[in-house]
Amino acid sequence: MLAGVIHQIMSGIATGGIYASVALALVMIYQATHHVNFAQGEMATFSTYIALTFINAGFPYWVAFAIAVVLSFGIGVTIERVLMRPLANAPVLASVGVFVGLLLIINSLSGWFFDYTIKQFPTPFPDRPMLGGYLSGHELGSTAVTLIVLLSVYLFFRHTRLGLAMRAAAFNATSSRLVGVRVGWMLALGWGLAAAIGAVAGCMVAPIVFLDPNMMAGILLYAFAGALLGGIDNPLGAVLGGFAVGVIENLGGAYLVGTELKLTLALVIIVTVLTIKPTGLMGRKVYSRV
Amino acid sequence: MRTPWLIAILVLLAAIVPVAGFTDYHLFQLTMVVVYAIAILGLSLLTGFNGQISLGHGAFYAIGAYTTAILMTTWNVPYWLTLPVSAVVCAGVGFLLGLPALRLGGLYLALTTFALAVAIPQILKYKAIEDWTGGVQGLVIDKPDAPFGLDLSPDQWLYLFTVAVAAVLYVIAWNIVRGRIGRAMMAIRDHAMAAEAMGINLAMVKTRTFALSAMYTGLAGSLGAIAVQFVAPDSFGVFVSIFLFVGLVVGGVSSIGGTLIGAAFIEFVPNLADKVSKAAPGAVYGVILIAVMFLMPAGAGGFLYALWRRVFRARSGQGAAPEQPVEIGAVSYEPDSGLTGMQTGAAFVDRPVPSENAGRNE
Repeated sequence: MLAGVIHQIMSGIATGGIYASVALALVMIYQATHHVNFAQGEMATFSTYIALTFINAGFPYWVAFAIAVVLSFGIGVTIERVLMRPLANAPVLASVGVFVGLLLIINSLSGWFFDYTIKQFPTPFPDRPMLGGYLSGHELGSTAVTLIVLLSVYLFFRHTRLGLAMRAAAFNATSSRLVGVRVGWMLALGWGLAAAIGAVAGCMVAPIVFLDPNMMAGILLYAFAGALLGGIDNPLGAVLGGFAVGVIENLGGAYLVGTELKLTLALVIIVTVLTIKPTGLMGRKVYSRV
Repeated sequence: MRTPWLIAILVLLAAIVPVAGFTDYHLFQLTMVVVYAIAILGLSLLTGFNGQISLGHGAFYAIGAYTTAILMTTWNVPYWLTLPVSAVVCAGVGFLLGLPALRLGGLYLALTTFALAVAIPQILKYKAIEDWTGGVQGLVIDKPDAPFGLDLSPDQWLYLFTVAVAAVLYVIAWNIVRGRIGRAMMAIRDHAMAAEAMGINLAMVKTRTFALSAMYTGLAGSLGAIAVQFVAPDSFGVFVSIFLFVGLVVGGVSSIGGTLIGAAFIEFVPNLADKVSKAAPGAVYGVILIAVMFLMPAGAGGFLYALWRRVFRARSGQGAAPEQPVEIGAVSYEPDSGLTGMQTGAAFVDRPVPSENAGRNE
């Protein structure tokens, strides 16, 4: 029993890492623009297809992985520059509409370019149990990759001038512009980073759930739940929330509701958090003058 | 006041001409247009007139469809009797979901309903209710024959039946929107706090609008299930909700007439685009959705209404103020109408509200 629980928690942390990455990508965009990117999952799926294309073309795994991340970064920046700029002060309905449109377009493009059949995605990690059999090689490897990504994002925002400028732009656009930060480009960079993080998450989850154009729909839902649980304006909170949701999902799936209702569990988490504590566990209250 | 008569004659023509001249397949397609129109009308009442964005109305469509299918297969209830039951069930579910929705403004409601839309197929497949829902296989139902010995094919009869139900629902919606409740709904959409100060009971109006909206979309689901003769969990995935949303935006979020345009759009565009590629309908939807958002935020309905008014005014010289300014573009890019209207919805709730909007754009 106890070994089972530990096993569930460990693999919950492994999948939670994926949710944490996507949640972080969502929060990065939310913090800067107060938009929730409904297309985040589809963007990550598309990036994963890019990686698969390069792997199939004969590139080594990590080279293909790097190409996919860089291309995704470019796609993210482009989307922000072209589609999202005019929306900066648009009403919620307009931004939701554009994001849903983006979701539909990217989803169709994935199906169009890469076909709707379910594909296998290779893993660069050894296929044998690790840590005394609690985790598979891929789970351990993907957790490590996720942690490296999260750590480097943290270091980037804490210790580089560019990271500081991006934080400033998200925190107070007007003042940042006055001290010479190019706010528009900072937002575009944020989008690029979010897309790149999504690409990593997509490549890490694809070997487990297999690759098809709708691969990330459920994962996006858990990422929403994680981001809201931790506080959608707090990156650290969102990451912890993502891990927490991974563990809750695994434990709940194993002992509470069964695997058939796992998505409903995410829905319940979302509704519970938003009704009981809308700011999330670590979010801050924002007061506005009327 | 000739307009009601004109509309009544148009509806009669729309009911009789296709029955007389169309093949059964085209009639089926038209039936689905009317079904989608009812569903979009429900969404419009909620999103367009009350400002609560839902990306999960496919869930209510599914609940309505399943209510009808279960009643017809398990209890042999006649199809027309399932409609009132379905209306009550969906209104009830909508009311219950409207309670947490009270605390979720704008974006958060969109997010939660999106989650509902993603989760609904899994709920429908749930083992414990498999005896009723038929699990993954779903349920097959029979198409009803025309009553009273009328010499009509089942498709013809179903089309007439659907048009009749739709006509009733449209008249009700029209009157609600033009009346006191409609004013309250729109006041909440445009400025919740001001509406509350005027004595409107926010919680009551918003939950009841949610219930009404769910009822409309659920009834559409019931009619759709009878027309398609089949319900299964995977036909009610997240894309049903998204397509309803697309239809709403294309037709014009707060345009009652526009719901018909939006419904025709989501019924016929896939048929046309399918010939290019399986992926084309989604891409076309997405591109048009974004284009409408940028170029024609009031949708086709709002656009046509504005056009009609302009022509009308040009002909009658000046004046001729519109009798009822019903078709209001809820989506406007003026920060003072849409933005504050949406985001200060339920402003008494502590949740992140963007306070720093000025000067984000260069």
